Amino acid sequence: MNDQTRIRNFSIIAHIDHGKSTLADRILEKTGAISEREMRDQVLDSMDLERERGITIKAQAVRIRHQHGGGHTYTLNLIDTPGHVDFSYEVSRSLASCEGALLVVDASQGVEAQTLANAYLAIEHGLEIIPVVNKIDLPAADPDRVSEELSTILGGSLEDVIRVSAKTGEGVVELLDAVVDRLPPPGGDPEAPLRALVFDSYYDSYRGVISYVRVVDGRLRQGEQVRFMATRLDDGADEVGVLTPAVVPVAQLGTGEVGYLITGVKEIDLIRVGDTVTLAGSSGGVEALAGYAEPKPMVFSGLFPTDGDDFERLREALDKLRLNDASLVYEAETSRALGFGFRCGFLGLLHMEIVRERLEREYDLDLVATSPSVEYRATTTSGEVLSVRSPQDLPHAAKVEKLEEPYVKVMIITPSEYIGTVMELVQAKRGEMGDMTYLTPERVELHYRVPLAEIVFDFFDQLKSRTRGYASLDYEPADYKASDLVRVDILLNGQPVDAFSAIVHKDRAHHFGRTMVKRLRDLIPRQLFDVPVQAAIGSRVIARETIKAKRKDVLAKCYGGDITRKRKLLERQKEGKRRMKMVGQVEVPQEAFVAALRIDDA
Amino acid sequence: MPSRVSEPRRAALPDSPALADGAAEWWSAYVHVPFCARRCPYCDFAVVTPEEGAGPATRYVDAVVAEMAQTPTRSDRPGLRRPLDAVYVGGGTPSRLPATELHRLVDALRGSFGVADSAEITLEANPEDWTPSMAEALVGAGFTRVSFGAQSFEPTVLSYLGRAHTPEEAAAAVAVARHAGFESISLDLIYGSPPDTDWRDTVRRAIELQPDHVSTYALTVEGGTELFRSIAAGALAPDPDRQADAYELAGDELGAAGYVRYEVSNYAKPDHAVRYTMAVWAQAQYLAFGLGAHDHLLAGPPGAEPVGVRRRNVRRLEAYLEAVEAGRSPEAGRERIAGWQRELERLFLGIRRAAGVAAGVGGTALLASPQGRRLVEAGVLVAADDRLRVLRPLLTDAVSRAILDLPPSAASSRPELSVSPGDC
Repeated sequence: MNDQTRIRNFSIIAHIDHGKSTLADRILEKTGAISEREMRDQVLDSMDLERERGITIKAQAVRIRHQHGGGHTYTLNLIDTPGHVDFSYEVSRSLASCEGALLVVDASQGVEAQTLANAYLAIEHGLEIIPVVNKIDLPAADPDRVSEELSTILGGSLEDVIRVSAKTGEGVVELLDAVVDRLPPPGGDPEAPLRALVFDSYYDSYRGVISYVRVVDGRLRQGEQVRFMATRLDDGADEVGVLTPAVVPVAQLGTGEVGYLITGVKEIDLIRVGDTVTLAGSSGGVEALAGYAEPKPMVFSGLFPTDGDDFERLREALDKLRLNDASLVYEAETSRALGFGFRCGFLGLLHMEIVRERLEREYDLDLVATSPSVEYRATTTSGEVLSVRSPQDLPHAAKVEKLEEPYVKVMIITPSEYIGTVMELVQAKRGEMGDMTYLTPERVELHYRVPLAEIVFDFFDQLKSRTRGYASLDYEPADYKASDLVRVDILLNGQPVDAFSAIVHKDRAHHFGRTMVKRLRDLIPRQLFDVPVQAAIGSRVIARETIKAKRKDVLAKCYGGDITRKRKLLERQKEGKRRMKMVGQVEVPQEAFVAALRIDDA
Repeated sequence: MPSRVSEPRRAALPDSPALADGAAEWWSAYVHVPFCARRCPYCDFAVVTPEEGAGPATRYVDAVVAEMAQTPTRSDRPGLRRPLDAVYVGGGTPSRLPATELHRLVDALRGSFGVADSAEITLEANPEDWTPSMAEALVGAGFTRVSFGAQSFEPTVLSYLGRAHTPEEAAAAVAVARHAGFESISLDLIYGSPPDTDWRDTVRRAIELQPDHVSTYALTVEGGTELFRSIAAGALAPDPDRQADAYELAGDELGAAGYVRYEVSNYAKPDHAVRYTMAVWAQAQYLAFGLGAHDHLLAGPPGAEPVGVRRRNVRRLEAYLEAVEAGRSPEAGRERIAGWQRELERLFLGIRRAAGVAAGVGGTALLASPQGRRLVEAGVLVAADDRLRVLRPLLTDAVSRAILDLPPSAASSRPELSVSPGDC
């Protein structure tokens, strides 16, 4: 068993591309956890998708051994955290299992909003922070400036900042020594009854649910009967172990240790992240650890199979995906235009995109996703409060007394030369100005309240393009506020197409309507008759375009009696038609749904 | 066998249903002459240019004559041991061959299959090849009809299309053919090429030459052609709406001048509808010889429902020559079309004609299908007197696709379609 004072649990907080995964790789290599030969880049990012996107989705814990300069060997548990704004929920779960965090900042980029948000999150969790400037090997590196930013934010001295190059390995050993020296060992009472925090779990098709736990008090022994307190599930601890990163079963996990637990449970719903594991029978006198808030979906979108026959396959795929992604919520939904599908809730746009990509890639589904929407709150004239996650749920305007939309608190860090630009953008997006803090004379931290719908729409892209990529953004839910919102319907040949409806602010309705009808006019192939495309608020048409009737659909030649060729040509054209969905009398290609609903260039 | 079949009736209106349906019984032959001075930028036919190694014409004609000699009449269906009603020598550019070689081709057909005295014998020709002596020799060989690739009367368009002749040469060719005694003269015109600025003038100048027949083809961008590549590289593509305008303009001008549209893109004076192509659209049987040629013959035991067999020859000149010279068939592959597929084929071929097509079981199924109903509602398709007709010929392929989409009708026999792999 490990001496509790020789354990350090920490995670790495970094912005995307600031080198967190590379640093983790290097730490594994320097501590001999993995040989250079075994070294794949970004070992901790196990999913292909993560590797491709260069981001981390699932937190994982790896145990490593580090021989400190002072001579003793310490057990370090590196808890990996996701780096994207959508996943701050997962970040918070990981942080709760640590005593400290490395705040990694790119020496050429400086502090980003997200890094800062996660650093604040870590401080809230009472974590000790070690500021790290990474990529000091880059020609554009400015470690002095970035160190200054970090000490301004964290209030420490410049000497506290550790400079490393995860790429070359420079400074990594010093960093590990600092982890031992500056982070506290885990507290907790080894003699008290077992309390272990489930900070992550995933479903493995062979082993069932695998939980990542941090033992807070007592010890977790293989073979004992354990109880998951929230779900009151009693089960045997079939296997207890650690990841080095290879899976190594152990007899027990002591106080302060981090590892995995397998009980044979197959239903992920029975094991809630944030739950407390204790010994069966002793739970009466044990107080559960502070759990976590349920993840709250912020963005909703309909997912429909291109081929209606795939509905059941989509349901199965979502069920399976949920085993590894507790934040994914969904319920069946029917669209007149798209048939049967699911209304899904996501943590954010990136989460939505990742889920959709995984469904298409791992489950071989062809999907149409409808415009993302936020959760509105409608108060009807009869005083009823409804939650509106889809434009179709919005009652008729005459029945709505009040319509409210969610706002978020936004933090933006930008070079000071772009303050004016950022303010303009925020104003255009109906944001309200809050505080402003200069991190350095060149960099400023701005706070706003902005409707979530605007963030979901294209705020991030706009921010990036207007600040030439230099500004960064983080946000968290704030509250609901009454807004002047309308539902814009899109009519094809006089018929509303539910998949294209959207709830938008009154001031943006015309722009939205015009953009959508223009786009559809260009995306929908010409039909045998003129097809009007209209945008309407209630019965009032606010934009109109016409898809002119197709005039020519014939190939003149008969190829000198080559009827076979003519037939093949027609058969090929027919295949193209198969991918069309009939909306009333209008043939709409799947691609038109996908393209019209793209939000990035609206 | 009704007498009008072996002796196709003259003085028929090109768009009359009797003519269109009667063509199903015509018996014709197609001969492919692949040689061209050069490949036109839009052409993807089986064509051989001097750079591509066209051998001496004599060797090719020898091979075609040999292929004819090797070919039995091949049909168990009655009535086909009679002489041919129509012969069509197409290309390529058949006028690249000396008249003596063309003469040999017709004589070989006469020898192998017989050619009716009243038969229509067509030659495709380019104006720049055309001379009075050649014209006279061809009439002497039995040719009755010549179809000139005039394409346009605008020099800029001719040069865009890669054509070697001038508008004046096209006009002269018509006069020479007329003088030599051709019974039917046709002009091919291509519309809707991007530099096509004065299409009306082209149509009018064509009409002034008083051809008996005019074909108007939309410039079509086929994969693998020079045109395709240049458009892929950014050159202007034909605009379908402008092509539709040009189509309608040609229809108006030709109609006013007494030409009757009898197929999507073919116009004729009375008595001058092309028999060979009428036969193709009527699902008739035809022989075919030469590089890449396609035939259509019926098979099946007498008394049973016939099966259509469509065979195609290899498209590579060397492969063709070697096969025939070795006494082997130059066939590259075939498909058998029977039952429901054959009924659908009858419809999608026949629907191209102004006379339309007898509805039959397939047409009844089409009218009952959602797609068919939509086409009727949109004013594209009309049913009257047990016939289906397309009212907006430029949308014919929309109707054809709806036809090919029809599920087998309970009233029809079992569908059968088998395709054997080819080597081309």
